[in-house]
Amino acid sequence: MQHNRLRRQAEEGIRKSYYLTIHNQEGMRRMQYNVLEYLENIVDKVPDKTAYADESSAETFKEVYDKSRAIGTFIHKQGHYKEPVVVFMGKHPSTIITFYGVIYAGCFYVPIDEEIPRHRIELIFGSLRPKAVICDRDTVNTISEYGFDGKVYLYDDIINTPVDDTLLAGIRDRQIDTDPIYIVFTSGSTGIPKGVVACHRSVIDYIESLSAVLKINENTVFGNQTPLYVDACLKELYPTLKFGATTYIIPKSLFMFPLKLVEFLNEKKINTICWVVSALTMISAFGTFEKAVPKYLHTIAFGSEVFPIKQFKLWRQYLPNARFINLYGPTECTGMSCYYEVNRDFELDESIPIGRPFRNTEIILLDENNKPPKPGEVGEICIRGTSLTLGYYNNFEKTGEVFVQNPLNTAYPELIYRTGDLGRYNEYGELVFVSRKDNQIKHMGHRIELGEIEVVANMHPDIKSACCLFDNDNKKIILYYVGDISKAELAGFLKQKLPRYMVPNVIEQLDTMPLTANGKINRVLLMEKYRQGNK
Amino acid sequence: MDKIIEILERMHPEVDFNTCNTLIDDKIIDSFDIVTLISELSEEFDVTIPVEEIVPENFNSARAIHALIERLLEDE
Repeated sequence: MQHNRLRRQAEEGIRKSYYLTIHNQEGMRRMQYNVLEYLENIVDKVPDKTAYADESSAETFKEVYDKSRAIGTFIHKQGHYKEPVVVFMGKHPSTIITFYGVIYAGCFYVPIDEEIPRHRIELIFGSLRPKAVICDRDTVNTISEYGFDGKVYLYDDIINTPVDDTLLAGIRDRQIDTDPIYIVFTSGSTGIPKGVVACHRSVIDYIESLSAVLKINENTVFGNQTPLYVDACLKELYPTLKFGATTYIIPKSLFMFPLKLVEFLNEKKINTICWVVSALTMISAFGTFEKAVPKYLHTIAFGSEVFPIKQFKLWRQYLPNARFINLYGPTECTGMSCYYEVNRDFELDESIPIGRPFRNTEIILLDENNKPPKPGEVGEICIRGTSLTLGYYNNFEKTGEVFVQNPLNTAYPELIYRTGDLGRYNEYGELVFVSRKDNQIKHMGHRIELGEIEVVANMHPDIKSACCLFDNDNKKIILYYVGDISKAELAGFLKQKLPRYMVPNVIEQLDTMPLTANGKINRVLLMEKYRQGNK
Repeated sequence: MDKIIEILERMHPEVDFNTCNTLIDDKIIDSFDIVTLISELSEEFDVTIPVEEIVPENFNSARAIHALIERLLEDE
């Protein structure tokens, strides 16, 4: 009895101290340690405002708060703690709620989606070895196909769990800001996707800097385009919580039909978008602006790809008062690392700079000798700062190759991330992207290792040799192969194994693969062959 | 019609475009394809496809695309 009473008192104490920390901070600025504080700080201010919505559902801040805490309680009570929990759901507000629920449980979320082909999901499961997957009504029927033998929980069931405040307060008390909150997978040249692990601190650092640059506030209405299984969606997810803004998830099908897309933007009064360049050019290239203009848009952020200046000029012509911001950064450094707000005109052969690093981030250029290049000369873009993620999950080897000691500092441990991107400073002192060091490309806003496509093609038993190229001018992935298999069969095979954006746009069969003197595939010769064939 | 099927087959060699009439509904053609498709059609047939014609009904089958192109050519 005595024991129970003491325990109750102790629990009461934890709960009180928790609520004091979270809710009583008026007048004093306390450092934020946990991304969920964004939600807890806003829920009392605008409980009934819509946080996230799509075509068929909408969730208020109060609903996001209550449901994510129910999920957190459930997951933790099932014995999951400090482990990856896969969120295998469609693109809906409920999926975002589930992310926060997993963090409440003291775990980290790993978003996957039915858009990701089965082969890749199996590889992801292989490297994660997750004990639990949260599904929605659609995906719960397909999860058994992936050979997953852990626990499967249904979103609709677990959101009804009674919230256990004491339990959640206890989890919070033990959480520190370098604990992971998510893992997202990015293309790997060996054919195995790499899981990038981000923590509370790196995400908070990013969200604070990004929000300042984009000037997000409570009147911001985001129109989300990017998938929830990549870190690009951080731009909408967390600033929505921080400011009590609203995010509309735009139906994917609208990105084929530009007039309908603009109608949607106007109907929802969307004023801020962070899209891949190909989604923006889809609107401008079809002459949409002559019929309809997204009249509420005032902030347009884009990135991951070069914006063709001809298309960019159209955007600026029809939205002369909007701010246009180019963002640059690798997933390994949490979202984006650099920004450039367009403040001058560009010639058709120029490219928009990537500008300067976010606050609390430093860019270091390094030449082949690990020394800073001379002013104006090219070097590898390396990133230093709190925004560095923790590295690749279950892969110390790959992590050690790119998260390395800052070669300019020989006095104490200090990590930088080597992006493999080459850059230089222009005459204005702005950072400009030059090219890649390797065979990584950017296509439709996604980062792709051409080597991964080759590995997958070579998995087919009838393929003798395969080589993948990228036609940067026409944005096409080209695959040359030697083997006793038709183009159609190979295309069908690749579609099963690769995400849609990695499937080659052109497939060509060869009798023999041209080789260099060293016996490697002669990529230069193949590229010439491809260009001649196009003339 | 043959030209249209040729363009479509270059993008998706494994699909039978003579019979399929759910190209959009079944997400066979998606946002990745639509830009390529429209630019190749415009070039092949020397027509401008106005934005108000870029709607699901006009792209659900090779036949529908054919009808669209015929209509645009007549209007010129």
